[in-house]
Amino acid sequence: MAEPLVQARGLTKKFGDFLAVDAVDFDIAKGEAFGFLGPNGAGKTSTMKMITTVSPITEGKLTVFGLDPAIEGRQIRQRLGVVPQEDNLDLELTVAENLYVYGRYHDMSRADIRARTEELLEFAQLTDRAKSQVEPLSGGMKRRLTIARALINAPDLVILDEPTTGLDPQARHLLWDRLYRLKREGATLVITTHYMDEAEQLCDRLVVMDKGKIVAEGSPRQLIAQHAPREVVELRLADGQIDEIALRLEGVGTSSEVLADRVILYTEDAEATQHELTVRDIHPNQVLVRRSTLEDVFLKLTGRSLID
Amino acid sequence: MSTLTRPFRIVESELVAYRRTWRGTVISSFVNPVLFLSAMGVFLGSLVDLAIPYLTFVATGLMAANAMQNGAGDGAFPVMAGIKWRKDFHGAITTPIGPADIVIGRFYWGAIRLTFMLGVFAVISVLFGALDIGPALLAVPPGVLTGLAFQTVVTAFTVTREDETSLSTMFRFGIIPLFLFSGTFFPISQLPDFLQRVAFATPLFHGVELVRKIALPDVDASVVTSIPIWVHLLYLGAMTAIGIALSSRFLSRRLRP
Repeated sequence: MAEPLVQARGLTKKFGDFLAVDAVDFDIAKGEAFGFLGPNGAGKTSTMKMITTVSPITEGKLTVFGLDPAIEGRQIRQRLGVVPQEDNLDLELTVAENLYVYGRYHDMSRADIRARTEELLEFAQLTDRAKSQVEPLSGGMKRRLTIARALINAPDLVILDEPTTGLDPQARHLLWDRLYRLKREGATLVITTHYMDEAEQLCDRLVVMDKGKIVAEGSPRQLIAQHAPREVVELRLADGQIDEIALRLEGVGTSSEVLADRVILYTEDAEATQHELTVRDIHPNQVLVRRSTLEDVFLKLTGRSLID
Repeated sequence: MSTLTRPFRIVESELVAYRRTWRGTVISSFVNPVLFLSAMGVFLGSLVDLAIPYLTFVATGLMAANAMQNGAGDGAFPVMAGIKWRKDFHGAITTPIGPADIVIGRFYWGAIRLTFMLGVFAVISVLFGALDIGPALLAVPPGVLTGLAFQTVVTAFTVTREDETSLSTMFRFGIIPLFLFSGTFFPISQLPDFLQRVAFATPLFHGVELVRKIALPDVDASVVTSIPIWVHLLYLGAMTAIGIALSSRFLSRRLRP
């Protein structure tokens, strides 16, 4: 295997006593879309900030393009495109001027910037907005502009920190479509997200992070196969039924989870499980059968408790 | 791209924005001196008796004091915006630009803006008959230095602040008292002895003195102190250098936790 673009070994980040990233190992290969999936506070953004060289590492080893972020940060950043979690566009400037300024930060000539701007605005579907102020643009447009800005220097590695958080479904799908295109063109993408569908759609490989640690690693399919049985049967139950029925579910499916208003059964064979329910004379208000998703893996690995 | 050229990319980004907003700043650059010179110089001045025309005295003082206000403002609000409100500094440092480039770039940009602002002030002072054209132009460089000394130190302060309340506190208890008691509107010699000594320690006093001593070299000894020019230069120069060094250091710490 060629040398990975990003390699981390025992990578650790501490803020005072708080351990944000706890000795993680990962390799990101050229041309892949690599995801960091995890709840808020899992350490995804801290990891991204170390890769983009804006946050010094506390312990361990990290190389980006084979370079050391502590010493060669500038050379690394020259080849990076960074889409931060929160848009930090210059609202006083127009769409095209935002690209221009970043092009200059990357030491590009005016002619190069002009040519590249035309391409990128088309890519971001903002061509007719080139001269608009940024302020009145929709959330989706601002996001696409932030991505276009990150691509101005034709980066070898694009880092996207929660690229679609806060967007409506149309805007998300358009953005995914653009990111697919980037991927097809051979870009290496690193994406953090807490959306399972996003990780399933975009990532070739991902790690699941929780409380600063990597708790699972693989392709979305592998993760589902390893950590969740094939199918899920959800039983919606009336108030007061839950405890009584939960007791009678012993041995149904491979595992189960009891929530406030429903019981979730993980199973290899949903039909057999449903049959077993009838045999045991269990009749929920509603039964939902579905395939396991990354979400099941995620919840299983990181728990259901809300993390703020 | 070298350490020397990177800060100019920050200046360039400011210029791109300024192309759109300059009209507004031109108007305030004109209105401010006109209001001050007419209120203080013409109306109040008719009540004051000095060895030089009061309008001349107050125009030179105001150039330093306005430079301070502009410099302090430039070191405060756009910096807080870059860190916290618009977060554009956070974006810039994901490119080859670093925190020190931002600080030095903003320092250059501050010099450009102060030169422009004081240039307008000089022209208006001439129109008001407060200064001849020569002294008016000579007052610009020491005024710029005064403004930069404040810009850089206020930047260092702002970078360590969580929010804007401490910025308005700084203006209320720092900048405004300096504005009033640094010899801008009356000679320091009229203050009680111990307050004079306090004034000697404060930066705007050195700015005001420097502007007057450079713009009006033959001015009567009752209007300025006998402190030599190099002391003022050293004070303001050191303040600027320390301001830049601390700003770079604090900004780096703030943006790269």
